[in-house]
Amino acid sequence: MNPVNYLYLAALLFTIGAVGVLIRRNAIVVFMCVELMLNACNLAFVTFSRMHGNLDGQIIAFFTMVVAAAEVVVGLAIIVSVFRSRHSASVDDASLMKL
Amino acid sequence: MSALAAYATSTGEAFQFWVLGTVAVVGALCTILMRKAVHSALCLAGTMIVLAVFYLANGAYFLGIVQIVVYTGAIMMLFLFVVMLVGVTAADSLKETIKGQRWWAAACGLGFGVLLFAGIGNAALTEFAGLGAANAAHGGNVEGLAALIFTKYVFAFEITGALLITASVGAMLLTHRERTERARTQRELAEQRVREGKHLPPLPAPGVYARHNAVDIAGLLPDGTPSELTVISTLRKRGQVRDVSTEALADLKALEQRSAERLGRDREEEEAGR
Amino acid sequence: MENLIALLIGAPLLGAAVLLCGGRRLDRAGHWLGTLLAAVSFVIGLALFADMLGKAADDRAMHQHLFSWIPVEGFQADIAFQLDQLSMTFVLLITGVGTLIHVYSIGYMEHDERRRRFFGYLNLFVAAMLLLVLADNYLLLYFGWEGVGLASYLLIGFWQHKPSAATAAKKAFLVNRVGDIGLSIAIMLMFTTFGTFAFGPVLESAGETGEGTLTAIGLMLLLAACGKSAQVPLQSWLGDAMEGPTPVSALIHAATMVTAGVYLIVRSADIFNAAPDAQLVVTIVGAVTLLFGAIVGCAKDDIKKALAGSTMSQIGYMILAAGLGPIGYVFAIMHLVTHGFFKAGLFLGAGSVMHGMNDEVDMRKYGGLRKYMPVTFATFGLGYLAIIGFPGLSGFFSKDKIIEAAFAKGGTEGWILGAVTLLGAAITAYYMTRVMLMTFFGEKRWQPDEHGHEPHPHESPKSMTVPMILLAFGSVFAGGIFGIGDRFVNWLKPVTDYEHGHPPISAMAVTSATVAVMVIGVGLAYLQYGRRPVPVVAPRGSLLTRAARRDLLQDDFNHAVFVTGGTHLTRSLVYVDHSLVDGVVNGTAAGVGGLSGRLRKLQNGHVRSYAVSMFGGTAVLIAATLLMRAV
Repeated sequence: MNPVNYLYLAALLFTIGAVGVLIRRNAIVVFMCVELMLNACNLAFVTFSRMHGNLDGQIIAFFTMVVAAAEVVVGLAIIVSVFRSRHSASVDDASLMKL
Repeated sequence: MSALAAYATSTGEAFQFWVLGTVAVVGALCTILMRKAVHSALCLAGTMIVLAVFYLANGAYFLGIVQIVVYTGAIMMLFLFVVMLVGVTAADSLKETIKGQRWWAAACGLGFGVLLFAGIGNAALTEFAGLGAANAAHGGNVEGLAALIFTKYVFAFEITGALLITASVGAMLLTHRERTERARTQRELAEQRVREGKHLPPLPAPGVYARHNAVDIAGLLPDGTPSELTVISTLRKRGQVRDVSTEALADLKALEQRSAERLGRDREEEEAGR
Repeated sequence: MENLIALLIGAPLLGAAVLLCGGRRLDRAGHWLGTLLAAVSFVIGLALFADMLGKAADDRAMHQHLFSWIPVEGFQADIAFQLDQLSMTFVLLITGVGTLIHVYSIGYMEHDERRRRFFGYLNLFVAAMLLLVLADNYLLLYFGWEGVGLASYLLIGFWQHKPSAATAAKKAFLVNRVGDIGLSIAIMLMFTTFGTFAFGPVLESAGETGEGTLTAIGLMLLLAACGKSAQVPLQSWLGDAMEGPTPVSALIHAATMVTAGVYLIVRSADIFNAAPDAQLVVTIVGAVTLLFGAIVGCAKDDIKKALAGSTMSQIGYMILAAGLGPIGYVFAIMHLVTHGFFKAGLFLGAGSVMHGMNDEVDMRKYGGLRKYMPVTFATFGLGYLAIIGFPGLSGFFSKDKIIEAAFAKGGTEGWILGAVTLLGAAITAYYMTRVMLMTFFGEKRWQPDEHGHEPHPHESPKSMTVPMILLAFGSVFAGGIFGIGDRFVNWLKPVTDYEHGHPPISAMAVTSATVAVMVIGVGLAYLQYGRRPVPVVAPRGSLLTRAARRDLLQDDFNHAVFVTGGTHLTRSLVYVDHSLVDGVVNGTAAGVGGLSGRLRKLQNGHVRSYAVSMFGGTAVLIAATLLMRAV
């Protein structure tokens, strides 16, 4: 098996995550889908690292994880405070920006 | 280790890829298709563990462990916490409310996927250097990463540290609620209830129905309708109130109808008798 | 001495400013101030004239550069004056006749509560007219030209409470605009051709320019002259302008302003000399107007309108003479000056008659006034003799010379023009005799008006008769002073050039013919109006008479062609504007609005919809990148 299959898998996971973002209304699930996309990217980075024979790809994946952790913390805090004030975690309910 | 440097992986890795890859894809699909958020979270955790295994298989030992510990262990648990906070049993309706959204999403997803696959397929990705040399250079994968992080990427590392601190402070700010006034005592609350003139006595108890004395069952009023007041507000907000009054109401309705029919027949006979 | 030129204009301009801005405080002294400043201007004019006479004939032109008006690179316009013999003639005529008419107005406007304003307007007119004739470039001339137009508008509509006067003022203003467009186009053409407006450079280099351009400039100048001098086809305003006070008619619409067109043509002599086609058109316009005005004058019963027709006709003579070229310029100006005297006198006489007759203007209600107003009769009579060309009086000298020059044009044209001028002389004699007989001779025909007031004709006050007497002197002697010994010719020759015309028949024969046709005209009029009583109600008259009473249908023509045509044109333009232009504009707006309404639905506030567009956009970007790679 050619390791490039990892890349195809990453692409597939990324696409699934993106579609999930588009079709789910629950903000938490949307967030999970974003995490899925980030993970797919990480997989691709790791595969590239192996492909090129240096560790920089893994470093990037590592940083991605750190940033994703920070993002999750803030994002979940936002979801919680939105839920507190609106009693809903649906992204469709937060549609006050329309005309 | 030598397998990592080859153009083709070992048979064992191939087997592992196909089996676990299928699991990962199924997990991802379940993540986006499960109605309950908690199920989605669990499926996502499964996918992440599979990815951790793939990291290990690709020679990224450190990342594989971090993936399990940080992602699956910390981040996904945080997700689960929030899911619990927001309502663990509340199932999302999967019915689409925005017109055409699902079709557009499908079309875009399909197109995007095709493009990615085409891009990867077109790229000249046949040469795999393997990580053997890179990992061995500093005595191991972790040492190699450390050497890079603390030399080449030290600024990025520091900045991500600052970012993490900022994020945690931000999360505290967002979720923390400052109490700007003194909490009211029970006495004051009682006086307020008297002033407002409603629900002077304590709220009615739930579950008066013989078979269902649980707290999530609304008590029935004399006419058979359930009273929401009997259930605590937390459950009401979560939408976790169970309703058993429909059977009783149906019985009542059938009784009334039968009696009405009988009375009607009696009256008709009476009129015919005249 | 040159520095006095600005004062010529400055004095009446100061008067206008003071009188118009001074308010009611000046009501009691305003007319004296206005008259005084006009007289000051006249005295300065006389001083300059004396100075000029003391110089050699070729060295008489004076220049004064006051300041640079529009100092732009490549576009130089100055407030600068040029006083040569031609301008001097006009200055003396304007200030002299103007001062007399100021004096006359003191009596004539005595009972008008807005007399101060009237004098302010008169001063404004004098200043603007002086600016017109003293300007040393066409742009400044244009300024004066518009100034006299404004003053004329204000004075015609002076009695603005009368709708007829207000309408007449507007009509004069509008018709004059048509001519002014001609002047402005001519000036623009000059600027593009010569690069300057100044008389000197323009006229000097006129000979070296293409004849087509010069013809265009000449025709545009002629259009301007037609507007200001009431020549066919822009003549229709002059008759209505008689709605203004009579001194205005005398000053502006007989003696000075209407002659501005003649001044313009004579001043631009070099342009016309080099453009024979334009000259021919000038003579045609003059000839047509000459007959037109004379015929209209024959039919009018309103004394002022009869005189207005006569004015039109006499200016037709001048324009015709100016169109003849160097053989006619001098005589055009000479006739202009003599006409200024006798026509002003006639108008003042008419004003005097109206003054005594409760402002009645219908000659059929006059009759036998010579017994009641002997001074008016005498001065009017002298003016009458002058205009019909009675031998020895001023009109005889100037008109006879024009007729000679017309014959001297040569060829068929000469014969035709000569015949027209002779015919005009006969008709002039006819209609002027008619005016004279209907007004001063025969039985009295006036009746009490609807309030039972019968007019009591009386002689006018001194302030009115003295100017009339002075003008009568001018009417009698000016021609002789100018004509005998070719004094006027020698005076103007350095400015306008002069060639002695040689008529195909002897000068004596022309003079005899002129006198003969004059006698015939007088005789016909006497047979019609002297031997028989004049009916108080006008008889229906022949077709020509009826047409002439309506100014030979000029207003009907203008209405049919310009007003109706213009209305239809504007209506169709409005239709096009509404349907096509507005349609396109509104259609575009509606299209954009509709499109925006649809696009706006994309903006539904749902984060997920936005995410779809982002995602789709990313896909498109990737596709584009891959395609670029592939290519």
